[in-house]
Amino acid sequence: MAQTKSASASGRKPAAKSASKTTSKEFTGKNTPEFGKEDDLHAYREMLLIRRFEEKAGQLYGMGFIGGFCHLYIGQEAVVVGMQMAQQEGDQVITAYRDHGHMLACGMSPRGVMAELTGRRGGLSKGKGGSMHMFSKEKHFYGGHGIVGAQVSLGTGLAFANAYRNNDSVSVAYFGDGAANQGQVYESFNMAALWKLPIIYIVENNRYAMGTSTARATAQSNYSMRGVGFGIPGVQVDGMDVRAVKAAADEALAHCRAGKGPIILEMLTYRYRGHSMSDPAKYRSKEEVQKMRSEQDPIEQVRNRLLEKGWASEDELKAIDKVIRDIVTDSADFAQNDPEPDASELYTDILL
Amino acid sequence: MPIDILMPALSPTMEEGTLSKWVKKEGDTVKSGDVIAEIETDKATMEVEAVDEGVIGKLLVEAGTENVKVNTKIAILLAEGESADAIGSSAPAAEAPKAEAPAAAEEAKPASASVPAQPKVEVAADPDIPAGTEMVSTTVREALRDAMAEEMRRDGDVFVMGEEVAEYQGAYKITQGLLQEFGAKRVVDTPITEHGFAGIGVGAAMSGLKPIVEFMTFNFAMQAIDQIINSAAKTLYMSGGQMGAPIVFRGPNGAAARVGAQHSQDFSSWYSQIPGLKVIMPYTAADAKGLLKAAIRDPNPVVFLENEILYGQHFDVPKLDDFVLPIGKARIHRKGKDATIVSFGIGMTYAVKAVAELEKEGIDVELIDLRTIRPMDLPTVIESVKKTGRLVTVEEGYPQNSVGTEIATRVMQQAFDYLDAPVLTIAGKDVPMPYAANLEKLALPTVGEVVEAVKTVCYK
Repeated sequence: MAQTKSASASGRKPAAKSASKTTSKEFTGKNTPEFGKEDDLHAYREMLLIRRFEEKAGQLYGMGFIGGFCHLYIGQEAVVVGMQMAQQEGDQVITAYRDHGHMLACGMSPRGVMAELTGRRGGLSKGKGGSMHMFSKEKHFYGGHGIVGAQVSLGTGLAFANAYRNNDSVSVAYFGDGAANQGQVYESFNMAALWKLPIIYIVENNRYAMGTSTARATAQSNYSMRGVGFGIPGVQVDGMDVRAVKAAADEALAHCRAGKGPIILEMLTYRYRGHSMSDPAKYRSKEEVQKMRSEQDPIEQVRNRLLEKGWASEDELKAIDKVIRDIVTDSADFAQNDPEPDASELYTDILL
Repeated sequence: MPIDILMPALSPTMEEGTLSKWVKKEGDTVKSGDVIAEIETDKATMEVEAVDEGVIGKLLVEAGTENVKVNTKIAILLAEGESADAIGSSAPAAEAPKAEAPAAAEEAKPASASVPAQPKVEVAADPDIPAGTEMVSTTVREALRDAMAEEMRRDGDVFVMGEEVAEYQGAYKITQGLLQEFGAKRVVDTPITEHGFAGIGVGAAMSGLKPIVEFMTFNFAMQAIDQIINSAAKTLYMSGGQMGAPIVFRGPNGAAARVGAQHSQDFSSWYSQIPGLKVIMPYTAADAKGLLKAAIRDPNPVVFLENEILYGQHFDVPKLDDFVLPIGKARIHRKGKDATIVSFGIGMTYAVKAVAELEKEGIDVELIDLRTIRPMDLPTVIESVKKTGRLVTVEEGYPQNSVGTEIATRVMQQAFDYLDAPVLTIAGKDVPMPYAANLEKLALPTVGEVVEAVKTVCYK
């Protein structure tokens, strides 16, 4: 597959140029290399795991095993997988409520995530958090937050702690195009730039804040420019191409580790499913969704590359599919059969 | 093995729906993510996507069928190479098989479905102060500063952040000298941005640091209350105990003098409603010091409510290397036998004066300083009420849903038979704080009101 330029790849106005003009000269985020075989295979597996996991979660929701809200990450897999491929041990991740993909990419157990979705005792939060609230100290995953925008300040606090401890870690804070309009995001930008905190702000621009398109919600839909007033550089990245994400992440992480302060990566991406399970997504056309799926799908891009380059045969890819399906089926079986938390858990974990 | 495709629930409340349209027909090949049908719920028409791959072997429910129950088999999917014969006799059973999922959930339920008892937490008594310990007259302001300085010397993970805490030496001079001793890394001036720096504090705490976040007043913390409650207080529970926020939010709370409605609110009852928070509101300098030290060491988020008017007041503080008080323990300020007054924070100033006046009139009042609002030391209050049979509460906050009404409710429930009179609650008036000096005075409680209330419950 031909290498694509970021903005056009997602069918949007190319605004990246103007962004880089107003921000850091050295930071381009455009150094998109080809992946080698191992990276492509790794990305394929990781993205496929998220895709299949989310499809299964959707099915379990339909069967009544998962309650409440359930926000699926289908379509956006390249963002979190590309970022994770560039991160090093100790880098923290924090996001909002569309978080299953982030947790799987961080290496949190599919069983633990799925059992949390079904509210069982083997869930990562013992069944007390649910789809939107999971954490892992071990994997440096700080949630899983249900209040739009809150994770941006919290993520900035993680970066503050890195600076305080003078370690080499970078905080990676994800938020959507919707959260990008919250006031505390800019309060955080200001302090992160003022104190040169090591943080990457990732705007996962999937074009819709629930049912409101970016065009109807913001006067500046180039989110990479949202830090201009604070001198925070930003670039738009083709968030459907895992290579572009990884390359931008490499550069951004190096920028942060060099003590140059925060950076914004706007990932141009797309969510195939509704905002949550109960969203019929009438605010966009079927054609729009179909076009993204057939022309830009992050997993198909890698799959085609693997086949074209002869790095994997159809049979080998099928074998990978089977391994992934088995992992997902196992997690679903576990999540359906694991008991609910004991009633005694009602009053635990309120205070230490 | 053929795979059953079930009627999905597409919202948290959906129980049945109309299968309005089949997008795929028998014999069609489907891949994960393909739309196979459209379903109409009470709210909208939704698409049903395939999860598994295969060939549609049989459609079991006709398009247009209404009231199809969730989890009814609606189609059968054949894996590659399977023939329709594999469907077998199970096919015609389009009846809803009694919602599989809830049944499974039923089984998974633990044996005891009743609400377990809330565990009781034992709180240690105040430490003994050795005989001969020097008592030093100290202002609340100095006591708070000393508490922070001692804890910052003790633990490098403790830092203080807020508006004007460093170079300006504190808007109310509580952080005086800290910048000089600990440097700008640990005494951090923030921009005026409460929501943002409260979130940064909580994030830093989640990663294991121990921030002290100073609000210039708790009135401004309303901008940050989401981070205090949704992020700081709830994370430990939502993470199943994996991750908490060892953080102190502190600053002046309640009315100062002539600062008007937006700078004069007492938030003690607000924060005290939240599980996952501890809420402290000291009166004396010794309590301010001992409890702030405890708050900084506490692994939980603590809201520490001070008062501008108390900052300059002097009290004796024991001169000890490490004076730490237990959170959650009330202090009996004065023993008595005729009636009980429970108060906290600046409310104590009215109570102390009222007790002195009542003493002259021969009424011997037991005065309890709650010190901690959450967890509330109700046993100490109940013990006192059992002795006196009469109770008055005193606070400056608004009267509805006040700390006093909470105490009255619980005393009524737990010590009804011991009460000789209805509990009276003295609070601020049910008005935004007025600016005019005379009106402000009227809006706050008075010593006279407290005296009258005690006489009333004593039928005198």
